[in-house]
Amino acid sequence: MATPQTMFEKIWSRHVVTEGPGSQALLYIDRHLLHEGSAPAFVRLGKRGVRVRRPDLSFATADHYVLTLPGTPAPDDEVREMVESLANNTRAQNVRFFGVGDPRRGIVHVIGPEQGLTLPGMLLVCGDSHTATHGAFGALAFGIGSTEVEHVLATQTLWQRKPKVMRITVDGALGPGVTAKDVILAIIATIGAGGGVGHAIEYAGSAFRAMSMDGRMTVCNMSIEAGARCGMVAPDETTYAFVEGKPFAPKGELWAKALAYWKTLPSDEGAAFDREVALDAMDIAPTVTWGTSPQDALPITARVPDPAHEPDRGRRESMERALAYMGLTAGMPLSDVTVDRVFIGSCTNSRLDDLRAAAHVVKGRRATIPAWVVPGSGLVKQAAEREGLDRIFRDAGFDWREAGCSMCVGMNTETAGEGERVASTSNRNFEGRQGKGARTHLMSPAMAAAAAVTGRLTDVRTLRS
Amino acid sequence: MQPFTRVTAVAAPIDLPNVDTDRVIPARFLRKGQGSPGYDRYLFHDVRFNADGSEKPDFVLNQPAYRDAKILVTAENFGCGSSREAAVWALDANGFRSVIAPVLGDIFHQNCFKNGLLPILLPADTCARLRRQLHERPGATLTVDLESQTVTGPDGATHAFAIDPFRKRSLLEGLDEIGLTQTYEGDIAAFEPKHAAAFPWLAP
Repeated sequence: MATPQTMFEKIWSRHVVTEGPGSQALLYIDRHLLHEGSAPAFVRLGKRGVRVRRPDLSFATADHYVLTLPGTPAPDDEVREMVESLANNTRAQNVRFFGVGDPRRGIVHVIGPEQGLTLPGMLLVCGDSHTATHGAFGALAFGIGSTEVEHVLATQTLWQRKPKVMRITVDGALGPGVTAKDVILAIIATIGAGGGVGHAIEYAGSAFRAMSMDGRMTVCNMSIEAGARCGMVAPDETTYAFVEGKPFAPKGELWAKALAYWKTLPSDEGAAFDREVALDAMDIAPTVTWGTSPQDALPITARVPDPAHEPDRGRRESMERALAYMGLTAGMPLSDVTVDRVFIGSCTNSRLDDLRAAAHVVKGRRATIPAWVVPGSGLVKQAAEREGLDRIFRDAGFDWREAGCSMCVGMNTETAGEGERVASTSNRNFEGRQGKGARTHLMSPAMAAAAAVTGRLTDVRTLRS
Repeated sequence: MQPFTRVTAVAAPIDLPNVDTDRVIPARFLRKGQGSPGYDRYLFHDVRFNADGSEKPDFVLNQPAYRDAKILVTAENFGCGSSREAAVWALDANGFRSVIAPVLGDIFHQNCFKNGLLPILLPADTCARLRRQLHERPGATLTVDLESQTVTGPDGATHAFAIDPFRKRSLLEGLDEIGLTQTYEGDIAAFEPKHAAAFPWLAP
């Protein structure tokens, strides 16, 4: 009998063009997603006099720099030139580009799945660390650097060293007010920001099986915050129902063939993992971060931790620095922390399920602080508007904006001010991430909505009527 | 790419764990092209400079003994977070040739290899010992020898490190990886139709 294989191993082995030299494998890339930040790689490619090897497998959009204020896509000439450079390069190289004005434009990790460009079993890369998002479909997807982007454009391949595989199992039902975001924050707090380095993660167990694709994408998205370049969930009926009928998904006979293959992808019974971690879904509460690393996450019912209790000197100093940056006092209840503004969006939490969850909390209430909702794509925005979610947000005093990365990444002028405290559904609470001196608390869309209503970090369960 | 053979240089210690690439180069500088004027000042910008452009005296690279550092010895998970290769370009713009850590962010780790910067993994206690020595003797030098795969500390102790033979050769010879891969065109051209036939739904 054949040795039982992990899903990762099955997908990896089918993409190996050749092994070596050394312990590197040359992998074939099925899908390459591009954004404004990829433009310099096109320019370098042009200087080599090399054309894009497989433009038909490459897709581009503008998300990182484009403003989300309706009607003003570029804040300045530099950004306008970046977007134009991508538009010109993709046109010259016959790469499909979802640009400004196209309703399909949006955050690259939202539109890949939305367009059916992301499929189970494929190897997908993008010059962005949150590419692990696409692993929610049972794909092998990881972020790459700019030189690697150029390498894929030129050769449709990448040299990679095979990572180890870690299985993280979460069994049980999530409690009320507990979402995919809380699950991944709890996982990162458990294994640490570097805990997944050198690993591909497979998320397994009934908690993930019960999640929508939007929820699974939230989980896989933040794999990199645990140090893992890729995270994946085995495809199942939820996956197939999401993919079927999407514009670039296979149709008819090809769909049947694909489906039969996808059903062989899940890890075999008895497959060996290099590391196993298990959490109980019942133990996970609505979670917020207090520090400047995503691993600094605690239940909303907890207090700000005291560095004095940390025995390791490096970690203690790191905690002290984080508390000073965040303007927090050890021992204070997290639910006493007041917030200056709210950001609901990003490749982690800007999909329809996320906006529904936030709107559910907001309905019939008012935001007491500035609050933005930035849908993940033009199509998410349209779908939300068809359901009247925009009306709920606007009536509550929220800003309803255009699609983009916006205040998650702070690359254009959409940033929080020095010392401003943000309740954010994004993925990184790093120093300066949302603007120089800005203070970020990561949480779910429902929790961010609750913070908008009360003006402080709030246990969403206490708001439910 | 600039080859890496052997470097003896001042090393600077970074004791904080999880130094992310947003801290190495803030996002607002990513629109600036690699090597554009003033690029060197983007490195660690917000922890290195005050709002008026003056130096923060406490930051390690602003202290006289470490100003000429070409090697960083860090705590765990340096370079985590964003895939921005600009983090490596900013280090390169300041003359850095090697980063030594117990664990490095995966994408940062790969990006180093593409730019002639040698990433070295050593055990956590070895890194801690090296950092302690660099604090005790500010301005002390380390020697990194790629051929023999060793780091020699200020105390003369030598520490062996592992490196993938492919990455080692690329760094020693300063190979252009795209040029190298193009020599595999025959393999790629043979793989491609087989792959497309096995998984025909992958064609968009």
